[in-house]
Amino acid sequence: MTTLLKVQGVCKAFGGLQALSSCSLNVEKGTIAGLIGPNGSGKTTLFNVITGYVKPDGGSVTLADQDITGAPSNKVFALGIGRTFQITRIFARLSVLENMLVATQRDESWLRGLTRSKSSKSEVAAAMEWLDFVGIARLAALSAGSLSFGQRKLLELAYILVADPDVILLDEPAGGVNLTLLNGIAEKIRALNKSGKTFLIVEHNMEFVMNLCDNVTVMHQGADLVTGTPAEVRSNPLVLDAYLGGSEVDEAEEAS
Amino acid sequence: MSRLKYGWWLPLLAAFVVFPLVEKNPTYTTIGVFTLIFMGCAASWNMFSGYSGYINLGAAVFYGTGAYTMTLLSNHLHVPGSGDQFWLVPVGGLVAMIVALPFGLIALRVRRHTFVVITIAIFFVFQLSAINFSFTGGTSGLSLPLIPWLVTNFNTPFYYIALGIVIFATLLSFAVRRSRFGLQLLAIRDDEDRASGLGVKVFAVKLTGFVLSAFAIGMCGALYAVFEGQIYPQFVFDPLFDISIALMAIFGGLGTLVGPLLGALVLESMQQYLTLQFSNSSLYLVLFGALFLFIVLFMPQGVVVYVRDLWTRHSLASDDDSTSMDPALSGSTLS
Repeated sequence: MTTLLKVQGVCKAFGGLQALSSCSLNVEKGTIAGLIGPNGSGKTTLFNVITGYVKPDGGSVTLADQDITGAPSNKVFALGIGRTFQITRIFARLSVLENMLVATQRDESWLRGLTRSKSSKSEVAAAMEWLDFVGIARLAALSAGSLSFGQRKLLELAYILVADPDVILLDEPAGGVNLTLLNGIAEKIRALNKSGKTFLIVEHNMEFVMNLCDNVTVMHQGADLVTGTPAEVRSNPLVLDAYLGGSEVDEAEEAS
Repeated sequence: MSRLKYGWWLPLLAAFVVFPLVEKNPTYTTIGVFTLIFMGCAASWNMFSGYSGYINLGAAVFYGTGAYTMTLLSNHLHVPGSGDQFWLVPVGGLVAMIVALPFGLIALRVRRHTFVVITIAIFFVFQLSAINFSFTGGTSGLSLPLIPWLVTNFNTPFYYIALGIVIFATLLSFAVRRSRFGLQLLAIRDDEDRASGLGVKVFAVKLTGFVLSAFAIGMCGALYAVFEGQIYPQFVFDPLFDISIALMAIFGGLGTLVGPLLGALVLESMQQYLTLQFSNSSLYLVLFGALFLFIVLFMPQGVVVYVRDLWTRHSLASDDDSTSMDPALSGSTLS
């Protein structure tokens, strides 16, 4: 198995807050990797560093042996990492189909975009196919702002997929989603994984993570604490400690 | 549906073409020329600011640059006052684009509200430069070679050139709206970071839109200079110009194709008319204020969007009993 996405010793501080301190992570090709940890442990910051929204203070991010540390977000997307956001971010005043069309080209020059029409037939076909895959094709002509929360999650997943990235980063795909839809999303992720896509998923829903992921990394205070199979992670005392908080003595020692 | 959508352009265009043939009174054709100049500016301004949501309150920089380019070139090249200056109108547009490039490189480094402030600041840099440099003639301005045409026909060529610029700006806006580039501008308006995360080269796209929008505005400024025969820094670099075209676009509907044209048509002709009728050049500001209060309160998305929504609701209501209508698919057919 080859490592597709490699994060090594990434650090990031926001003022006095050390959001990430020497965090490392490997995502193997063709797997579904999970990323869990208590609130504020730096999961989303790590996502932001990987996808170019936040420049790290130190460390490196490599995708298939190519260094992408600090690359701008459109470049990261062009190289094949797509991500969704914890709070869905869609283009509310564009139609659902137009939302898809924004993402159809991973790395097109802006000059080409200037001279060609909004979409080609094949792009529309691909967009409709992925909308159909997530089950919202019938909403294609609606303005995206009128979608429900769950539908927005599906749309976000669909427009990541339409660009055919190699690695897909999902930030809380299960957050605020009803159980039926949740099972649907898990199914889609499995199907996509079978077809060769690699996933890295941040999630608080333990059942969802443990059932879906091949590997789970636990983050704590900006660093990776434990990595292993769901079973290993579940039985690791360090993990319990991180989630329930260390003893007061420990914290007092750390503070001093 | 598409015939209904585009069919009304032609009679409207015909009305504009016929206007100076029917209306011979120079007072009214002058209003026509000014209205068209503002329609061109508003349409071109909207192509960047309306689509991307980056409200540019420094568009007078393009206008003034066009006007000064025209004036300086026709004086230094000794272009005779015979209408030959009209060939310099596109040059005014091009120089405005050249000026827009560093302007955009600086202003577009920041987002949204800060961008608005920076554009205002850069605008004043240009206005103060025009007032203080000697080659611009300072506050006394510059005059152009006199055009010895009869009053009765004087306005006609200006009118048709301005109409040409309006058509150009509208077609360009339309082309941009249908292009991938236009879609990217709209995506930037809705969520710039998300657009970047989906492969949109946001800075290049914004800068291109910004520079592109300068062309027609610069041409309008150049045409204005010939029309007036005399330019002053405080009138070609006029903060009220910046605010006016933004308000025209907002009045009609920011980001729509027709909105800025309608806004400029209504507001500029009204302003000119009021100024003439009451020989008071700031009366219009009072009326503008009241009108905008009304628009912001009752049609915040502009007249065009308001009417379109009414129409959509009306046609949905009348089609209510026909089961063939799928509301999911009819939503955006009018947009």
